[in-house]
Amino acid sequence: MLEIKNVYKTFNAGTVNQKVALNGLNLTLEDGDFVTVIGGNGAGKSTMLNAVAGVWPIDMGKILIDGKDITRLPEHKRAKYIGRVFQDPMMGTAATMGIDENLALARRRGRPRTLRTGITARERTEFREMVKELDLGLEDRMTSKVGLLSGGQRQAITLLMATLQKPRLLLLDEHTAALDPKTAAKVLTLSERIVRENNLTTLMITHNMKDAIKYGNRLIMMFEGRIIYDVRGEEKAALQVSDLLARFEKVSDGEFANDRMLLS
Amino acid sequence: MDIMTLVNALPGAVAQGLIWAIMAIGVYITYRVLDIADLTVDGTLCTGGAVCIMCMLAGCNVWVSILLATCAGLLAGFVTGIFHTFMGIQPILAGILTQLALWSVNLKIMGKANQAINVNQYDLIASLRYIKDVPFYQNTIFVVAIFVAVVIAVLYWFFGTELGCSIRATGCNANMARAQGINTNLNKVIGLMISNGLVALSGALLAQYQGFADINMGRGSIVIGLAAVIIGEALFSRIFHNFALKMLSVAIGSVIYYLVYQVVIWFKVDTDLLKAFSAIVVAIFLAIPYWKGKYFTKPTVAKGGDKNA
Repeated sequence: MLEIKNVYKTFNAGTVNQKVALNGLNLTLEDGDFVTVIGGNGAGKSTMLNAVAGVWPIDMGKILIDGKDITRLPEHKRAKYIGRVFQDPMMGTAATMGIDENLALARRRGRPRTLRTGITARERTEFREMVKELDLGLEDRMTSKVGLLSGGQRQAITLLMATLQKPRLLLLDEHTAALDPKTAAKVLTLSERIVRENNLTTLMITHNMKDAIKYGNRLIMMFEGRIIYDVRGEEKAALQVSDLLARFEKVSDGEFANDRMLLS
Repeated sequence: MDIMTLVNALPGAVAQGLIWAIMAIGVYITYRVLDIADLTVDGTLCTGGAVCIMCMLAGCNVWVSILLATCAGLLAGFVTGIFHTFMGIQPILAGILTQLALWSVNLKIMGKANQAINVNQYDLIASLRYIKDVPFYQNTIFVVAIFVAVVIAVLYWFFGTELGCSIRATGCNANMARAQGINTNLNKVIGLMISNGLVALSGALLAQYQGFADINMGRGSIVIGLAAVIIGEALFSRIFHNFALKMLSVAIGSVIYYLVYQVVIWFKVDTDLLKAFSAIVVAIFLAIPYWKGKYFTKPTVAKGGDKNA
């Protein structure tokens, strides 16, 4: 469904800050795959998601969705296929616009923006029902500015926005990392529910190895811009955090000892 | 210092304030909605005036002239938009470049630095002669107030459409907008075009009002526009939350600016100093929200509980 073929990306090429972020990355996702992505800082996890989303052009390689080459497609055109939730709760929503207006923007993802009304009365009732299901008590504040919501509430709304127009691919970039543990757990459960109900193909980056094992049907580990471990199904379900740590140790010569992955 | 001199000058100040209100609403769209400080407007105001006057001198109907002036403004905004989005130039510099180019363009449009139009020979819809002793429907204050009302109504409708909402989202959070499939570059260009179209419309009315277009008529207009935005927000931001009312507050801000300006003149303050005075006032008002955030933040109590999760 998603094919990443031999993708390279180097930041600040030719300067002292040169950083090879993706180094011949290959990955193929099947329809309905829910893949958790782990790896140390600078392993290229977020870079991979941004490459797929088209935030900047890649140096080399190809990216295909459903066999269609999207490598040269600008970010806003790829949005037709891709739903995204970011690490920073501020990033996924328009703070000065209402909850309903944000959802209406998301409803029109992948469609041309015309001079028809930006949000219809029918959508308002529909959105209210959807927000009610989030069980955050926001259904009575539909016209409130999103900027007034807490980080967790904003992530829940962003998640709803990313999946409102069922995407071919859902990208979750450590979307619970900025939340307190309790809220993070709530948002994660919600994510899983939405992914399962809609059978969405998903890439989810996490720093929490327990979560990486618990959620999804497939797990990949990245190191220095490549995938070094790819496991699925029962083998994945049987994984232990210690197994993953051992693998990290092996590839990185113990470098991971001071990495924040150990904190989980 | 005869109080009657002041009173007699006030209707003119209101008319001028209303004409500038259209310009200020244009500034509001770039500065507040798109989050871009667009300096093109200093040139566009004159372009609007110049196109309008030259068209009328060439025998065009006044409405056609105003329409063409507005189109010239749209074009100026388009150029700035292309500089910014397609050529990757910072918005403020893109605006300055267009503004500089417009200086030459405006001179070429007018053929010289100043072109006058006689209110007795041409059928103007706004003039400082039409302030007193004319039927109300011909009164410039009335006519321009209608213009302002129509502009606010049309913009209110527009920013409620799918396209308008996506422009607002672009100004608020471009990352989010792109993730939702919005072409942010296109939207910035559209926003800049609308803004400069309005400024040119304002310039067309202003040139008619004062009876001439002048190469210097737009100098510093961005500051007047910002002043109107800031005055409007300072007075009404707590009570006006609706988008139409926010634009109305900008219009009122513009009128207040010209009323204060008139009072300052009445006090016989050296008019050479007025631009410095305007700049300082705007600078201080722009600084206030920053200072508030920096020195007067109230400690907020973190809220807990499931409902805030």
